Amino acid sequence: MKPFTYERATTPADAARAALRTPGAKFIAGGTNLLDLMKLEIEVPRHLIDVNGTGLDRIEATPQGGLRIGALVSNTDCASDARVRRDYAVLSRAIVAGASGQLRNKATTAGNLLQRTRCPYFYDTNQACNKRRPGSGCAAIGGYSRQLAVIGSSEACIATYPGDMAVALRVLDATVETVKADGTTRAIPMAEFHRLPGTTPHVETALVPGEFITAVTLPAPLGGQHVYRKVRDRASYAFALVSVAAVIQPDGRGRAAIGGIAHKPWRVEAAEAAMPRGSKAVADHMLAGARPTRDNAFKVPLVERTLAAAMAEAKAGKAAA
Amino acid sequence: MKFDTPAGTNPIDQLKVVGRPTPRIDGPLKTSGTAPYAYERHDVAPNAAYGYVVGAGIAKGRIRSIDLAEAKAAPGVLAIVTADNAGKLGKGRMNTARLLGGPEIEHYHQAVAVVVAETFEQARAAANLIRIDYARAKGRFDLDSALKAAPLKGDSSGEGSSAPPIDRVGDFDAAFAAAPVKLDARYTTPDQSHMMMEPHASTAAWDGDRLTLWTSNQMIAWGKGDVARTLNIPAENVRLVSPYVGGGFGGKLFVRADAIMAALGAKAAGRPVKVALTRPMMPNNTTHRPATVQRIRIGCGRDGRITAIAHESGSGDLPGGGPETAVSQTKLLYAGANRLTAMRLAVLDLPEGNAMRAPGEAPGLMALEVAMDEMAEKLGMDPVEFRIRNDTQVDPEKPDRKFSQRQLVECLRLGATRFGWDRRQAKPGQVRDGQWLIGMGVAAGFRNNLLMKSAARVGIDRKGVVTVATDMTDIGTGTYTIIAQTAAETMGVPLDKVVVLLGDSDFPASAGSGGQWGANNSTAGVYAACMKLRESVAQRLGFNSGDVTFEGGKVRSGNRSVSLAEAAGENGLSAEDGIEYGDLAKRYQQSTFAGHFVEVGVDRWTGEVRVRRMLAVCAAGRILNPIAARSQVIGAMTMGVGAALMEELAVDTRFGFFVNHDLAGYEVPVHADIPHQEVIFLDETDPISSPMKAKGVGELGLCGVGGAIANAIYNATGVRIRDYPITLDKHLAKLAAIQTQV
Repeated sequence: MKPFTYERATTPADAARAALRTPGAKFIAGGTNLLDLMKLEIEVPRHLIDVNGTGLDRIEATPQGGLRIGALVSNTDCASDARVRRDYAVLSRAIVAGASGQLRNKATTAGNLLQRTRCPYFYDTNQACNKRRPGSGCAAIGGYSRQLAVIGSSEACIATYPGDMAVALRVLDATVETVKADGTTRAIPMAEFHRLPGTTPHVETALVPGEFITAVTLPAPLGGQHVYRKVRDRASYAFALVSVAAVIQPDGRGRAAIGGIAHKPWRVEAAEAAMPRGSKAVADHMLAGARPTRDNAFKVPLVERTLAAAMAEAKAGKAAA
Repeated sequence: MKFDTPAGTNPIDQLKVVGRPTPRIDGPLKTSGTAPYAYERHDVAPNAAYGYVVGAGIAKGRIRSIDLAEAKAAPGVLAIVTADNAGKLGKGRMNTARLLGGPEIEHYHQAVAVVVAETFEQARAAANLIRIDYARAKGRFDLDSALKAAPLKGDSSGEGSSAPPIDRVGDFDAAFAAAPVKLDARYTTPDQSHMMMEPHASTAAWDGDRLTLWTSNQMIAWGKGDVARTLNIPAENVRLVSPYVGGGFGGKLFVRADAIMAALGAKAAGRPVKVALTRPMMPNNTTHRPATVQRIRIGCGRDGRITAIAHESGSGDLPGGGPETAVSQTKLLYAGANRLTAMRLAVLDLPEGNAMRAPGEAPGLMALEVAMDEMAEKLGMDPVEFRIRNDTQVDPEKPDRKFSQRQLVECLRLGATRFGWDRRQAKPGQVRDGQWLIGMGVAAGFRNNLLMKSAARVGIDRKGVVTVATDMTDIGTGTYTIIAQTAAETMGVPLDKVVVLLGDSDFPASAGSGGQWGANNSTAGVYAACMKLRESVAQRLGFNSGDVTFEGGKVRSGNRSVSLAEAAGENGLSAEDGIEYGDLAKRYQQSTFAGHFVEVGVDRWTGEVRVRRMLAVCAAGRILNPIAARSQVIGAMTMGVGAALMEELAVDTRFGFFVNHDLAGYEVPVHADIPHQEVIFLDETDPISSPMKAKGVGELGLCGVGGAIANAIYNATGVRIRDYPITLDKHLAKLAAIQTQV
């Protein structure tokens, strides 16, 4: 770990200004991902801005009938909030499918959105990685890629976004609220928040330098059956091979986002029109253009089957309701 | 004490302490965090500096140049040792690759430097400032292609499993050709990492030319010799201390880079230095269980009797290394007149392969016990009955040599009853529970019982406290407790009057912990020393040792009774002895047996496999402490779940390293994967094994588990997978197509 300086910010605007003022600065909240990466010198911030004192730890109702989840709300608090559980069950279920109880107690809403890939070549500093060292190449391409992306990848990067929460936020059409150093705010739709790797895989989100996440806003509840189905090699504490976040309405219409297959939560709104025709039609459309590797070709049929499982679960849920 | 005739009745048979379920006596130290582990020896090396090991960034080649300037100038740095300034180093007898590489690099993450600094963080930061320019050489990293030209190679795992290069009994080829029912199948098992909780760690301190290493090591006497050989110093100048070991699984049988780099760092820095390998270093810097490619052929009569059985296995290792002895159990487990076993060893430039819990049998049974399941199906026989039909009470290669005890049939029969095996559907893919396809599987467990000489010193002080000292190690198995039970039983004192001191090379040399030989041999050694001490006590009291009893802290002979404290006198009494074995192991085959039963569910949508319940019935001689033995077996069963379902070091065959080298990438079971385990020990004593009449269980609990799980998966799905681990991607495409219409 490189030596670094440290300060505490007390307001979101302070945090954003401090970040712009100090090149190489990073925000730290729970630190569940950043500290590990610093120990490995994958992240080498020269300055840390502790944002835990910025007061963004509440979940509030919005005038539009939705919820505004403060950036510092812990994963545990978000998942166990009665309103989230009742109206946005897919989000609650996605969060508890991730990490461990201890990590969820520390991890925050904004931090979770910003967690970095678990590509093993990203984690080994002897290996070429365009995320770690832009321009150095991608050792994962042609290497061990069972966990890695099957769609939306590029010649520069085949890493995935590893999280669960963001997959649910994507299906819920959440927006990410931010403040910049100049005090201006904006709302970034989840669809645009995470980026595909393209030629700049080190640029992972739409955030500009210094921009600070203040909240994630959920629109008014969608109703319907909420399902989060996470597929993994062991029963807990593992990243998804494939996950499906789905909200299915009583009339068979619905929406679905897929985790574990791309550099961002994968959702193709146009494919959802096919939902009444069944899981295969939806999956075929969502994964059109997939370019899996030999190691992860199984993810393509697995998406279809997991989507089928999620839709069956929704159907059973509807029957039981 | 020479043990060369079967044990008669002896003081252990009283079973007042031995054989009783006894919570471990070191438990409070561990639960309160006060058991001193190797990296936490503030008590004896309070001013230790921190060493951080730098691993090679290539798998094979040379260091062209190494630039230490920036690292040397970094804050807190006290010393940096590389091959350039380490002096001439030797190599341990148990090591294949050198523990300090450079300029030649033999494998990825081979240690090339240790940076010593005032704090761990400083050492790590400075280590990242070392600039190394490598010249990569072409390496051999792909087992399948390397095996094509690999020679036959016999060997011993060093842990009791062994086989010659090729071994023929009868005429396999003719018998197989003539057999009316045949199987010929290929199975693979992957490289696996020990991933014990406590990483390899050592604290080193020099006093002149004498070295003390507080380390985490299973085999103290081996370690002492190899440290001396590596550092080119006399063995008598080396002291190893390893009282607590946070798991080893074979990964700490040998001296590794932590110990040598701590010693070199301490010498260079002129003060004590401690080194722990970081988790990402473990798979590539230390040893691992080698991958295997196995071929099994079985020929049977229609009556289900095996007439021909062949097991061939190929594995790879660095030059000078050895094969994974995956065929060895096949020499002994089932009857059959015509037999063939063979092993091939390919040269690979991957990290060093070596022993991991039940080397040989663990991967060997993962193949053999699936082959037996496949054969039973071909014969239309129940797999339990098929195994029973081919039981043998003698060494099938040398029929005049009997097993000392062999209750495999009893294990299988009792297990079948207790598990509800009669509810298993012979035809696969028949049972559903909601989204789950349900299946049951069985496998035989088999592991040899090894006899190793083992010594101890036992003393009584003026308060009547019995102290045992031996270099035996407790790697989390419960050794402290069973040794205390043995001494308490033999000396006739309560358990709380026994003190056990372990893991110090200044103590008499023991069998050490490995190959599931620790419990039987180390307690037999303690028993021998106790019997010698009893003689000294009797002699001092003028008692006739023939009719002396030791009971309730008193020594009695006829109508005379003296307390042990009094008998010990002001200066106490002490005796040293050990167990040594005659040729009983030659005359009898000594092995341990189990029946493993597993029920799994396979998600019909996603192919995910989850174990629902497991049962092991074990026949392993006298069980010295049922609590500790059960813990060993359920831990091993858990490891078997890992081996069957998830554990695999993924090889990058371009760059020659294990890619998933941390616990996020190398998955082992979590609690949610292990819902229900049951263990039954058959009531057995084996007077051929030792005066304790005990054998080992720590590896038996693993042997066969993977096969039972694989068989249960097949029973659930009807899809046979012969490549471990059985992850969902391997059978997904063959599961019934399903989709959902809303």
